Amino acid sequence: MTDWLQFLFMGIQRGAIYAMVAMGFNMIYNATGIINFAQGEFVVLGGLMMVSLTMVMDFSIVFAFFLSVGFVTIVGILMERLTINPVRRPTVLRLIIITIAVSMLFKGSAMCFWGKGSHYMRHFTEAQPLEIMGATIMPQTLWIIGILILVVIGYVLFFNCTMTGKCMRACAINRDAARLAGINDRRMVMLSFALSAAIGAIAGIIITPLIQMDYARGALLGLKGFGAAVIGGLGNSMGAVAAGLLLGTIEAMAGGYISSHYMDAIALVIMLVVLFARPGGLFGSSEEVRLKEF
Amino acid sequence: MPLKDYIGFCILIALVLLMPHLVANDYYLGVLVFTAFNCLACIGLCLLMGYAGQISLGHGAFIAIGAYSSGVLTTMLDWSPWTAMAAGALASMAIAFAVGIPTLRLKGHYLAMATLGFASIIHIIAVAATEITGGPAGLLDIPRLGLFGYSLDSDVSYYYFAWFAVVAGLYFAFNLVHSRVGRGLRAIHGSEDAASAVGINTNIYKIQVFALSAVYASVSGSLYAYYVNYIDPGPFDVMHSIVLVTMVAVGGLRHLWGALIGAVLLSLLPELLSMAAAPLKVIGIAYKPDYDILVYGGILLLIMMFLPEGLFAGLASASKSGTAFLMKLIKGGSIVRQ
Repeated sequence: MTDWLQFLFMGIQRGAIYAMVAMGFNMIYNATGIINFAQGEFVVLGGLMMVSLTMVMDFSIVFAFFLSVGFVTIVGILMERLTINPVRRPTVLRLIIITIAVSMLFKGSAMCFWGKGSHYMRHFTEAQPLEIMGATIMPQTLWIIGILILVVIGYVLFFNCTMTGKCMRACAINRDAARLAGINDRRMVMLSFALSAAIGAIAGIIITPLIQMDYARGALLGLKGFGAAVIGGLGNSMGAVAAGLLLGTIEAMAGGYISSHYMDAIALVIMLVVLFARPGGLFGSSEEVRLKEF
Repeated sequence: MPLKDYIGFCILIALVLLMPHLVANDYYLGVLVFTAFNCLACIGLCLLMGYAGQISLGHGAFIAIGAYSSGVLTTMLDWSPWTAMAAGALASMAIAFAVGIPTLRLKGHYLAMATLGFASIIHIIAVAATEITGGPAGLLDIPRLGLFGYSLDSDVSYYYFAWFAVVAGLYFAFNLVHSRVGRGLRAIHGSEDAASAVGINTNIYKIQVFALSAVYASVSGSLYAYYVNYIDPGPFDVMHSIVLVTMVAVGGLRHLWGALIGAVLLSLLPELLSMAAAPLKVIGIAYKPDYDILVYGGILLLIMMFLPEGLFAGLASASKSGTAFLMKLIKGGSIVRQ
């Protein structure tokens, strides 16, 4: 009885991270039509920066949080300004390879600055597990859930209630029409990289106390986040949140009941199955995806 | 095949025959053998990336399938190395069809993510299925390849054999590119809609070329297993797939010679960098092999931003404008003389 509750907590904790990575993928996908292969590296950079600020420089959690998010946001903006923006008449293939190259640079830089080991970080509040119906839950997991809810609320408010958010949505729907309406589409691309880097950083910061971040985690986190984005329907961020939580839960259950060796593989198999059978995601139509291009 | 490519083949064969005499050291000969494996995988990948315009981030997995098929079938079931290699190639082809048929039907680069996911799964299996793959400890005692009753024991003999495979693979790829299929593939890269409008079945072409590129990778993996006689999951991680993409992209997507040059350059690069470590230390830079990923990433980024056609096309256009400039000079000179 308590087993499944324990796995559920574990699953929601992992799923929240996948959901946020998937939201980051979707933002850049909606603005540019490409998949940013460096998305997972934003998560790693956020986590590692937070480790340095809290554990080495001994800043308070709140201050370090905003500083780390700001740092990764600037990295995201620089990535767009220096590598995506200057490319004239880009093909999708070329842009994808550029993001792969940037992810290699991020990974290499993270290895040079933070070394190859994994880094411990103190929990946001006390690390004493709470007991709920016989299962234990870390207070950090509650922080993760709370911050995911805040991010989702912020996302909805930004895209529905602010002018900039509405401009970004207009660009995602029809870039040419948005330009005709006087929206600076290149600025929207920059903004999408900034926001997506920020969300990635937040995901990295909140998960680091539980998993001990190291430089090489980006690829797998990014891939599973992409899995969540595909399952939720590429470009559909609310679908991505639901799919991320679902994927995390299935993964934790499978890891608990079937085999922990193959836990990582199970999420990827689900991603492949959805990609093959329902490429439009569980919540979209597969007709739609035939027309999508990235 | 145009005359230029025949000249290219002659130069390649001459270089292959010459190298063992220039490289006395067994270690560097070994590096050249590994270079041959990379070249073989890159020729296949170039057919996919350059001609079908699709990207695969899972070719490391097909190399792993080739290597593990060869390793497992020869050590555990006592198959002959050649049949094991063929079995690996068939398995890779079947998997390529299974991954390619659903994803290549879609527009865009879903294949990239599907192959990336697939490569991660294969790597996880290689680590976790200890009864079959030996897990992280790996498989030992894989036999050497024999040819007409003659075992390829020495590094030199394996060097010739591996590069013979590269030349043969390249020749086959060139023939394909200059056939009806190759023209169809180039049309797809130019514009998929236009290609299908003139009656090319774009899906089938893309799927077939993906399967063919998987076979190239698988064979290179088998040859690798027979050369080192020992395999573990280490070299088959996702990073290796990305390095292969880097090789093809740096050399030039649009041309097989580009892929070959990219594969050779980037295979030799770690050696060059470790040789450069000593002089770099003198000027105060402590270079470690760990930094290779930064160098690879930097090269890939610069090439993709400023020379998207790759080094080969860049060199070709530079030499063209160079000759044009020379011609001008000569003509200009003759005018002055008149």
